[in-house]
Formats: sequence, C-alpha cells, structure tokens
Amino acid sequence: MHLILFIVFAGLCLAGAVNLLLQSHPISSALSLIVVMVSLAVLYLLLGAEFLAAAQVIVYAGAIMVLFTFVVMLLNAGREERTRGSYAARLVGFPAVAVILGIIATVILKAQGLGSAGLRDDITSTQELSAVLFTKLLLPFEVTSVLILIAILGAVALARHGDGEGTPGK
Amino acid sequence: MTILEFFLWSLLKVVVVIVVFLLGVAYTVLLERKLVGRIQNRWGPSRVGWFGILQPLVDGAKSFLKEDIIPTGVYRPLYILAPIIALSCALISISVVPFGDPGVTGSGGFHFFQIADVNVGLLVILGITSIGVYGIALAGWSSNNKYSLLGSLRSSAQLISYELALGLSLVGVVMRAGSLNLRVIVESQAHRGILSWNLFGGLQFVAFFIYLMAAYAETNRSPFDLPEAESELTAGYHTEYSSMKFAMFFMAEYGNMITVGCVATLLFLGGWTSPFGDLIHLPDFFLVRALLPICWFVFKVFTFLFLYVWVRGTLPRFRYDQLMNFGWRYLMPLAILNIVATSLWLAYR
Repeated sequence: MHLILFIVFAGLCLAGAVNLLLQSHPISSALSLIVVMVSLAVLYLLLGAEFLAAAQVIVYAGAIMVLFTFVVMLLNAGREERTRGSYAARLVGFPAVAVILGIIATVILKAQGLGSAGLRDDITSTQELSAVLFTKLLLPFEVTSVLILIAILGAVALARHGDGEGTPGK
Repeated sequence: MTILEFFLWSLLKVVVVIVVFLLGVAYTVLLERKLVGRIQNRWGPSRVGWFGILQPLVDGAKSFLKEDIIPTGVYRPLYILAPIIALSCALISISVVPFGDPGVTGSGGFHFFQIADVNVGLLVILGITSIGVYGIALAGWSSNNKYSLLGSLRSSAQLISYELALGLSLVGVVMRAGSLNLRVIVESQAHRGILSWNLFGGLQFVAFFIYLMAAYAETNRSPFDLPEAESELTAGYHTEYSSMKFAMFFMAEYGNMITVGCVATLLFLGGWTSPFGDLIHLPDFFLVRALLPICWFVFKVFTFLFLYVWVRGTLPRFRYDQLMNFGWRYLMPLAILNIVATSLWLAYR
C-alpha cells in the first residue's frame, strides 16, 4: 500500500516538476509547483512526518504559492517568449549539471551509503518533534527564526523607503 | 472487523456525511434568506412548500437545468477547474470533524461519528482551507474579466492576511489541550460542562473574538465580503459563471461557513459535549448516548450560523484599507498577545 502511494505521488511530483519547466505560461508553472508541493507533503506523510506534511501544505502550497499566483495575476504576466537558447550555454550547461549532480550524489553516498527509505505506519507525533526541536536543536531553531525576523524587518524597511512622502503608519 | 467490513462502513460514513453536509448547505441558504428577510421586515421565500421549506430543492433543480454559458475569452482549463477546487476543498475539510461521542463505537473500536481521526486534524483543516483559495483566485484570473480579477485579487490578499490571525488565535486552545487532535481538544473541555469550555473556563474569549472576525474574512462573508461587493464589482470572482458552476461556488461558500462553525464549536464551545457536563447523568441507553451528543453539536453549529446571518443583516461592509488595517494592525498583535498571556497563565497554574 505504502509503495503504491509512494510511486503514485513520486510520479506526480516529478511530472509536476517537468511540467513546471515546460509550460510557457507563468500561472501554469505556478500551478505545477503547487502539485509538486502537495505531492511532497504526501511523501513526508508516508515517512511518518505528519506535522511536516501539514506544515508543507499550509506554508508552501497555501501561503507562499498563493502569494506567487497573486503576483502573477497582479502583474498579469503574459506568455514567456521562447528562445532557442544560446549554443554555448547548451554546450557547457548540460555537462556542468551532470557533473554537479554526480558530485552531490557521490558525496551523499560516501557519507551514508545506499539505505532504504522507511515507508512505515508509525507516525512521529508533534510532541516528539517539538521535544527534539526545543532541546537538541534549540540553537539552530532560534537562529533560523532570527534570520526570518531580519528578512521581515528588511522587507518593511524597503517598503517604507519606497514611500517618498514618508507618511508613517500608513 | 475485516478489511471489507471496514471499507463498507467507511464508505457509508462518507456518503451519509456528504449528503447531510450538502443538505445542511442548502438549508443554510434558506435559513439566511428567511432570517435576513425577517431582519429587513419581509417574509423571505414563502411560496414553495410549507413556509418555503422546499425552496432549496427548487433552487438546486434550477441550477442544474439552466444553460451553462462559457464566455469565449476565458482560459478554459482553469475556468472549469476553479469551481471544482473550491467545492472539493469545502467538502474535504469536513472529513476530519468529529461530530458525535467517540465513546460509542462499533465492533473493534470502529468510530461512527468521524470520517478520519487524524492526529493533526486541526492543521489538516487549516491546510485544506488555504488550498481552497486557489478556487477563487483561479476563477477570477481565468474569467478574463476586470471585475472578476479585482474580486479574486482582493480575496487572495484578504485570505493571506486573515489566515495569520486565524491560525494564531487557535494556538491558545491548542496549548491548553496539548494536542492538535480535534477529539482530544474536545475531551479536554468536557468535564465541567460550560465551565470548562475554552470560551469560558479556558479564558479564550479574546481568541474566540479573533477567530470569529478572521473566520468572517476567510469565508468572504459580510462585513468582509469585499471580493464580491456587488456595488463595486458586480459579483466579484464569479461574475462570469453560470448555472451549476456558479452553484458550486455558492455551495463552497456555505460549506465553508458550516466547516468554520464546526471548528468554532469543537475548539471553543466544547464540541459534542453537553453544557451541563457530568451534572446530568444520561440513561445508559444506546440511542440516547449516540444521538444526544450529535444534537448538541448540530445545535451549537446552528447557533454559530445564526450569528453569521445576524451579523450580515446588521453590519455594513468595510472599506478595503480598513479591512487590511484591522487584520494586520489590530487582530494579529492581539492574537500574539493572547498566545503570550495564555502561555504565562498555563505556566503559572
């Protein structure tokens, strides 16, 4: 059962990713990305990470991609124009991608070997997850939240700066 | 219980819940028309059946039989997909709602009164609601109409903004119950009846107020119904939709209202539990123990829906900048303060 679900949603995920690249319309690409996000959430669920799956749907599919489609609709972006692509880019690009993928794959394989993914019934509860997050991984967690806070402040500062009249509180 | 039996029981549950839910949607529409009618000192629908009781069925038949017009300028795939997304998201989220006493089980601990008991049920509802935005956003964009586009832009922005306040307002409740499972959340407020409900005993009335406001905005309801403000945008995102596709948006909107009411009931009003708690002992009779909790649940959801309609009949529509200001500058800080206060209180206790 798990294997069937895994194959279906992994296939859906890859199909969405390929479709994302092939579509010429921004909205279609954004929708393919949503398919990718949601199938990833199902894959997380198959690995027993239910909280992560729900957070993936809420944060990525529900908030970030809504913002994406919102911007695309607001700008009413048209079809992108297809170019043939430069010859040099194709000559260098494809081998370069292959080499980089090869390097990453060898490093990961060297580090942990070819293990099997644990598709399973038992589920990591939210309590267990937060216990690890707030004891063992407290420092990285807090540093990440500070990072996000800085990004928010930066965005606000930029938006304020653009307002020539500088009317605070508007 | 064998797998086949389990499958058949689950299928039965799904069918019954969907039929009851859709009937509930149809009669919520009637309830709204009747109540708004009374508020405005007129009768509302009164011709079809006794007091207009058959009006929703006739409306449904009308939507089915009307000509389905697809304008030439639309982007067809998304134009057709949008109402499907909207309605299916509204239908899916009801599946994790427990609506009856889980103590009443069939053989092998089979639960009758909830389709799926998920550990992170609350997050599932939030997630599916956030996917439902695409129905509205895509409808407006694919219609190739300025009014529709403006309506769906308003709707997307409004939903993103109020989702934050909505999610944050629920954190206090979750902290108090120590779980995201809806069943556990209800059981944490069951013992002393109305005194242990999160709204009263849990001192979450600020959270309830925030949830109420955010829920009105999330479901595009008055006084936050700017995405379909008739006086400015004809009908907003579903201007170009007709017959059954329009009816699907309509059903999705009322379905979301019911779901939001269910969540409010589960999180703040003690779900299926009686307001008298353990004071009144129920007779140990199977039918009473099974049906009375459902009646309480339906009654509480109905109260919430009544409030919805009452607010619609009473308050005028907000202006768009007021809406955004209210969401970001009042509701969200208030929700964060509520979280801090609740956690201090829980730590102190």
